[in-house]
Amino acid sequence: MSTQQGIAADDYILVCTGISKAFGGTQALDNVDFRVKRGEVHALLGGNGAGKSTLMKIIMGLHRQDSGSIVFDGRPYVVRGPADALNAGISMIHQELSSIPQLTIAENIFLNREDTFGRSPFLNKAVTNQKARELLEHFNFKKDPRTPMGELTLAQSQMVEIIKASSYNAKLIIMDEPTSSLDEEETQNLFRTIRDLTAKGVSVVYISHRIEEIFEICDTVSILRDGRYVGTRPVAEVTKDELISMMVGRRVTAQFPKVDCEIGDVVFRVENFSGKGFHDITFEARAGEILGITGLVGSGRSETMRAIFGLDDKISGKLYLDGKEIVIRSPVEAVQKGVAMVNEDRKGYGLCLSRPIRENISLASLEAKHPEPLINRRKEKSEAAEVAKTLSVKAASLEDEALSLSGGNQQKVVLAKWLMTNPRVLILDEPTRGVDVGAKSEIYSLMCRFAAQGMAIIMVSSELPEVMGMSDRILIFREGRINGEVTRQQIVSGAVGQAEIISKEFGQ
Amino acid sequence: MWATQGEAKAASRYRYRISAFVKKHSISIIALALFVILSFVSPVFLTSRNIISILLQVSINGILTLGMVFVITAGGIDLSIGSMLALTSVIIGAILNRGGSIWLACIVPVIVTTFFGFINGALISKLNLFPFVVTLATQLVIRGTAYIVSGGYSQSLANIQFRQIGSGKLWDLIPYPVIALVVLAIIAYIIMHHTKLGRYVYAVGGNINAAKASGVNVFWTRTATFMIMGFMAGVAGVIMTSRINAAQPNIGVGYETDAIAAAVIGGTSFAGGIASIPGTISGILIIGLIYNGMNLLGISSYWQTITKGLLICGAVILDIIVRRRRLG
Repeated sequence: MSTQQGIAADDYILVCTGISKAFGGTQALDNVDFRVKRGEVHALLGGNGAGKSTLMKIIMGLHRQDSGSIVFDGRPYVVRGPADALNAGISMIHQELSSIPQLTIAENIFLNREDTFGRSPFLNKAVTNQKARELLEHFNFKKDPRTPMGELTLAQSQMVEIIKASSYNAKLIIMDEPTSSLDEEETQNLFRTIRDLTAKGVSVVYISHRIEEIFEICDTVSILRDGRYVGTRPVAEVTKDELISMMVGRRVTAQFPKVDCEIGDVVFRVENFSGKGFHDITFEARAGEILGITGLVGSGRSETMRAIFGLDDKISGKLYLDGKEIVIRSPVEAVQKGVAMVNEDRKGYGLCLSRPIRENISLASLEAKHPEPLINRRKEKSEAAEVAKTLSVKAASLEDEALSLSGGNQQKVVLAKWLMTNPRVLILDEPTRGVDVGAKSEIYSLMCRFAAQGMAIIMVSSELPEVMGMSDRILIFREGRINGEVTRQQIVSGAVGQAEIISKEFGQ
Repeated sequence: MWATQGEAKAASRYRYRISAFVKKHSISIIALALFVILSFVSPVFLTSRNIISILLQVSINGILTLGMVFVITAGGIDLSIGSMLALTSVIIGAILNRGGSIWLACIVPVIVTTFFGFINGALISKLNLFPFVVTLATQLVIRGTAYIVSGGYSQSLANIQFRQIGSGKLWDLIPYPVIALVVLAIIAYIIMHHTKLGRYVYAVGGNINAAKASGVNVFWTRTATFMIMGFMAGVAGVIMTSRINAAQPNIGVGYETDAIAAAVIGGTSFAGGIASIPGTISGILIIGLIYNGMNLLGISSYWQTITKGLLICGAVILDIIVRRRRLG
């Protein structure tokens, strides 16, 4: 493999220089460089929030960078949307496929490029099908182009997406976790296609959380971390440990107001939980304990929590509260039994934004606190005001719509809602997402206070410093299973650091 | 620097309060304005006879609207109420003309329509079907049932007492249908604004996922709104049957449109989660005032229909504008 110095600018199909992008107060990308050679498979590696998807969205024209330049195929590259990117020769194969299941393979491939009879508006299906058939044969894909997409397996529809991309004469194809739902044989099939493509001079950007795959299929790897560019290495000259050490980010300092409180008996036990996206999950949470759960996005953390709380179905598994088995089939039962959950999607699952703050705070506890059909307005108001004060929710009036609050205060309203139910177990999924620094530290302090009151707290988080700074114990999820456990002692003593946790997130 | 910022903030908050007041009461303000204008342009308008006649005119649609507000606020719609009126009518005919008591004639159809409301609600919330399609289908089923029960004929009702429901007056002044409307409006107000059910209706309509994730029984909440709708349709059907003094399987066509119109004009948002009973009353009155005012001014009923249509458009556009501004 040749070294970087020896290559002229012409050898690069894509050159991104100094790309920066901020969303609100968050710097998603900070002066990032990214260069892809012609005909290579280039892996893009990084943990949660590293900025991979933001960078790809900028390349596809879904976001516009604040600063920095992109040169594609030797020309300055300016896009206003995915259609521009396609025409320029860049295609992206998404994690969730974007084909239309009701249309046929041919119709999907040539969507928006249909053949018609002359200039008439009438479709010439024979020509479209013939063109599709030639394409499919070229890729050795044995399906009739008139088959509806909906009848294909996931691997097959992914194949069609790749064929579609190459039918645009794509010079660069971005693949976002293409193997996440493929079995071993399908994966090998995909790799064969990737090799075919690169042999024809097409470049592939390969995003994956499976480091083994990077060593198998990729030529070069670039690493991003916390929105910054860390470096690029030829795959042949790098080891897995080196890659992981490059992904290790900010050091955990004493910025977390973690108070160690006495950890009591086991309050909550999850046994052999299996469902869509998670398998055989077993863990315990104790009174006064903050149990951190981390893992890459898509590793099954949130899916497990949603199933425990009764929001999604599970296939099997048992729950125990204070040693007794409990059954939770819906959030109604979860609330009755003293399990509360702050959802990661605050706007989607946390708040009724068009309703007053007071109503949002009391929503989950109305059944318990107002046994008769009528709501005791005075009691409701005073209790909501009290808990809002405890959590220092900053609002002009509790009668204002929840919409009027900042992200941090909205999150405190969600916390207030669950505090009103006096839960035994409090599940927090990404409790500080979209919350400003001040409110973050308030939420951390509140978590310690709840734990001190004997609650068992389960905190799911993508932010490693947060998990390491706040948890008494950490479970690491990988591909739907628990792949490791770390205690607070191990972290405080320095026996376990970010590198060990990242390595558990990514690999064996 | 700080002072000006503070002042600007205070001023914007003040402006926010005013606009919030106007927004909250805009429907009532429009109703009031219409009332004032009409009392100036028509000498007959401001007589107690005319006012009572307006209330009597809106009573049936008003009762239906009270039910419709619950359904729409929880994120649904009910197109089957017109045929519920017909079913009520023919059941009453069947009972009275077989010598059944008035009580039976009033209670049985209401139970039946409430039950159909339950069917509507259960289908929609259990199987997660579209309210529009489900009630479009049950509307046909109910209408067909009405034709079967009546044999397809309309029958006049011989029972003098039953006529009193629609045409009798309390203290020789206030018609019973108006009393029914007022009582039901008060009950609807209490349910909507002071019970857990009402709160859940708002929550489910406002954000069904958040309601579910907060442990709200979404199935029962949605089903209950359709049962309330069915109940209201039954009561409205009893009054209507008494007023036309006949059991007819073909009545009630298009009544769902008027109920939806009054609800929307009254500030009920099709996005769900936004409505108030006082606003709804104003919406009901606005429709009544427009009909009455145009009649008094001698404007043809064709124009009334157009006006109603334009009003719905206006209300929906207003709703969108207000919502867009709030979402920034």
